Amino acid sequence: MASHLSYSRVNLNILREAARKDLREFLDKCSGSKAIVWDEYLTGPFGLIAQYSLLKEHEVEKMFTLKGGHIPSAAVKNIVFFVRPRLELMDIIAENIARFNYIHSHLCNLYIQNKCEDKLQPPRDFHILFVPRRSLLCEQRLKEKGVLNSFTNIDEYILDLIPYDSDLLSMESENSFRECYLENDQTSLYHTAKGLMTLQALYGTIPQIFGKGECARHVANMMLRMKREFAGTLIPTLPVFDTLLLLDRNVDLLTPLATQLTYEGLIDEVYGITNGYVKLPPEKFAQKKQEEGGKDLPTEPKKLPLNSAEELYAEIRDKNFNAVGAALSKKAKIISAAFEERHNAKTVGEIKQFVSQLPHMQAARSSLANHTSIAELVKDITSKSKKQSYLFIFVSRNSRSVILNSVLMQTSEVFFENLTVEQEFMTGVDTDKVCTYIEDCIAQKDPLIKILRLVCMQSVCNNGLKQKLLDYYKREIIQTYGYEHILTLNNLEKVGLLKPQSTMRNNYPTIRKTLKLWMEDTNEQACGFNPNDISYVYSGYAPLSVRLTQLLARPGWRSIEEVLKMLPGPHFEERQQLPAGLHKKRQPGENRTTLVFFLGGVTYAEIAALRFLSQMEDGGTEYIIATTKLINGTSWIKSLMDHPEAPLF
Amino acid sequence: MTRSKLEDDEYWNRSKLKAFTFDDEDDEFSRLKESKRAVNSLMIDVDDEDDNFEKVSWSGEPVGSISWSVKETASSNRSGSEPCFPKIDTTSSLSKQGSGYSLSSLFRAKSKSGGFQSFSESFSETSIRTYAPELRKPKSDRKDFVSDLSPEETVRRMQKGRAYSLEKFRSLQDKLLLLDEAVALYDGNVITAVLIYLKKSLNKDILFRELMSRDVALHHYVHYLKEMGEQKLLVELLKALGRTEDMALVQYKENLGMKDEGRRRDFLKSCLSLPFSQDDATHVQDHYTLLERQIIIEASDKKSDGEIFKRFPRKASILNMPIITTLYYSCFYHYGESEGTYSSPANIRKTFRISEKQYILTALGARAKLRLWFDVDSLFNTKNWLGYTKKKSPIGFHKVVDILHKNNAPISVLQEYVNLIDDTEVKLSMALKYKCHDIVINTYRDLKDRQQLVVYVPKLERDSVEYRKVQEILSNGQIRWKN
Repeated sequence: MASHLSYSRVNLNILREAARKDLREFLDKCSGSKAIVWDEYLTGPFGLIAQYSLLKEHEVEKMFTLKGGHIPSAAVKNIVFFVRPRLELMDIIAENIARFNYIHSHLCNLYIQNKCEDKLQPPRDFHILFVPRRSLLCEQRLKEKGVLNSFTNIDEYILDLIPYDSDLLSMESENSFRECYLENDQTSLYHTAKGLMTLQALYGTIPQIFGKGECARHVANMMLRMKREFAGTLIPTLPVFDTLLLLDRNVDLLTPLATQLTYEGLIDEVYGITNGYVKLPPEKFAQKKQEEGGKDLPTEPKKLPLNSAEELYAEIRDKNFNAVGAALSKKAKIISAAFEERHNAKTVGEIKQFVSQLPHMQAARSSLANHTSIAELVKDITSKSKKQSYLFIFVSRNSRSVILNSVLMQTSEVFFENLTVEQEFMTGVDTDKVCTYIEDCIAQKDPLIKILRLVCMQSVCNNGLKQKLLDYYKREIIQTYGYEHILTLNNLEKVGLLKPQSTMRNNYPTIRKTLKLWMEDTNEQACGFNPNDISYVYSGYAPLSVRLTQLLARPGWRSIEEVLKMLPGPHFEERQQLPAGLHKKRQPGENRTTLVFFLGGVTYAEIAALRFLSQMEDGGTEYIIATTKLINGTSWIKSLMDHPEAPLF
Repeated sequence: MTRSKLEDDEYWNRSKLKAFTFDDEDDEFSRLKESKRAVNSLMIDVDDEDDNFEKVSWSGEPVGSISWSVKETASSNRSGSEPCFPKIDTTSSLSKQGSGYSLSSLFRAKSKSGGFQSFSESFSETSIRTYAPELRKPKSDRKDFVSDLSPEETVRRMQKGRAYSLEKFRSLQDKLLLLDEAVALYDGNVITAVLIYLKKSLNKDILFRELMSRDVALHHYVHYLKEMGEQKLLVELLKALGRTEDMALVQYKENLGMKDEGRRRDFLKSCLSLPFSQDDATHVQDHYTLLERQIIIEASDKKSDGEIFKRFPRKASILNMPIITTLYYSCFYHYGESEGTYSSPANIRKTFRISEKQYILTALGARAKLRLWFDVDSLFNTKNWLGYTKKKSPIGFHKVVDILHKNNAPISVLQEYVNLIDDTEVKLSMALKYKCHDIVINTYRDLKDRQQLVVYVPKLERDSVEYRKVQEILSNGQIRWKN
């Protein structure tokens, strides 16, 4: 539900409404019935803005995916293409239209020859809507293909920042990190600046801008310039945000490489969250059907929305996974107690009241069931104690479950070994030696992305690897996975994820100590119960990016000048003049609101850490998070690969 | 009457004017029918396509790959079911504060032309349609048509999606001014459009030279060339910039898309002379050599009817496999061949400078898969100067045991290698894991750990050799147990 967008301090529903209004306006421009042909990638983000009923209200009768060949026939007046500005998509559109025109002219000829006047379908009006921006390059391609004339409307739908949750905005621009840091293409930064201008138009000028990194500097420059240009046209609004913090992803290359250990983060690591949805293996969700007598298990993945509209999920998503089990069982007790209440309901009034609460309770119960299943699925992969159940299950006769569980046991062992190595790197243990675990993983031909994540992490935690060590890893990788991966390795070196150690000494330990990136804590802390520091999101490691954010709020960056100089890119502060009379008068005790913008991507664990800071009683700052893309280590490394991993055998 | 009627009929039928025939059997009408049929069949054809066409599931997922996408046809829509739709509630919660805004209007207040502007340096055939809506606009806006706009005004018009003309920027200086204005806007779309114009209208050497001092424009140009697949020009540009390693990699990258192995090999050969960094040059050389060998091996193995190929038919071709996989293949199918043949493990190992560790791991995997334990043994056998054979391994023996176990080695073989593990603790845990009873018993005995031994007894089969052995040890009064 969209209402959850307005829960936080900043009502992001305003942004969504503005986007919806734009969409309606465009649809009305193409008057009459219409069919939409979708660039598949866009359906996800659009689902967050509008649902099908909105389109239907504006006479959208059919929807298709964009594909080569014919456009499916539909008795509509308009055919509207919703596409990203990509050349390969233009080629498909051109083919669609050329075929349509061919058939149509053929039909016309037949009808004319035969003087037939009845029932020839009128020609369609074609429209194209570029998301998030029109592209002259694409229009040129359409022109070259001779179909540009066929369009009645060419427009753009500026969807820069999409509200994902009440405190989260993403541009979902899949390659922004690669573009910015590998290809030096600043287009996505331009979109970022534009998106921030939109935000300021809706929520008021942000008086203070802080930043760290080259891209941050660039975005701030563009914003300040755009601000001067739009000076007269903006309606003055009381500022909602006090501060904007722009952070380059390459200031903190370490965090996304580590395995996220919050509930939401782990779901993303294991199953991948796309556009607020996760797809899960259906077996664990099959109970109901079996009760109904249906024998066959569902084979299609179960798809669930994940956002704060679901009360339970909002409660547990940012917890360390270790603490999720306890939270779920506590919730289970509350719910069953609530259901038990019916026995106490004696009078008609009481019964009536109970019944009125039923829908809410039932929703809570099914939400609990879902998350218990998800937690079980995740636990199968992460839990250490699987060994015992393995031995236990061995006794059972069902040979299939034996195989299944022996596989599970291996995954959980692998998960823990992997985690141990990560934590060693982050604490600076043996980062200058060959890591036997990485060697073993290569020997077993584990997925290449996993290997790259670990090697990059070792490099980052050691401020570069000794030339000999780097060459060794590179050779092992290339020999085992194929020579073509020299391209990927080169890319990783260019963005600084892999590098030979320079003569400079390793400054990672200094950064780690000064920023307290590793918290040696009590067992309880590491397990994620009652955390008092953001390090709980990685069971010990406090994400550098969030630490910088935290220190900016208190006591300020001046206290860490030395460390800031060790991190790449400039750090800066800018102020934007507010129109007279719009200075916010803060009530004593009122929190400040900071917008943190991650250029190049942010992980769910970092988001969890920022939410944790927002909720701290004496924190004094609330955070809204924005990013170019929600990432995890795997999707991030993948975006930097030149030869997407093909399965070996 | 009748006669005249007949006559009349005769007259009509004879007539060469066919305009007024009412005969049902008329040719032309049947011809029309025929074409109608043709038309119908065409229509049906189109409709059939409709069914094959994948529908969008409105659910936030790319559709193609997933089987559960709901087929959203018009009929199911009308029935009001939106099964896959995220339940976003719109009826309530319309924000009063925000509903007045629209994203585009925020910045386009003055420029909403509502129509469709074409991208064209000159007003070409699209113009009429394009500018029709503009005619209705106030006079001031008709400045669109005049071509005396400054570079700054021009790029602004481009940014706002209004009509513009670049043709009038003729001198180099004007063109560069235009480019600089575009860069100052930061809008990649506009920068690229200007670059396309410059590319068309400037000598490429001059363009390259000017781009060298314009970083941002240069990045966009490189990106544009990549996007358009203008490989040749890109290579020239990188060369002119002195980015020779990048240039070499960009060229090398082309091989990724090649399906035909012969063509790919020849292409890789042509890459050998490119200015790679030293390391990459070695790798590319190896890549070429590997593919060359693979092609030879593949050709001969494909038709080979050797014993091993009959017993273990090949599942896939060896072409384009990584070197370690190739080595595994060679250890599987070509073990023991002399170093002189391309397909022999020894030759591959030498040619591609494979480390001893990697070699042993790979050969071990392949020979164990074939359950040839003798070969496995000889991998680790070394003779010392006295002529005794001793087992040595560059990888820990616990890893050897793991690999053997994965390949279902019998307990006797496993036992032998577990025994070779130096570290007692590791040895014990491996023995426990793989049920090498004898080793477990011996180890506990050597550790003088009576308690553990007693605990272990139930895991043994009664009256087995090991069972009796434990009983013997436990009843042995000579041993001084530590517990």
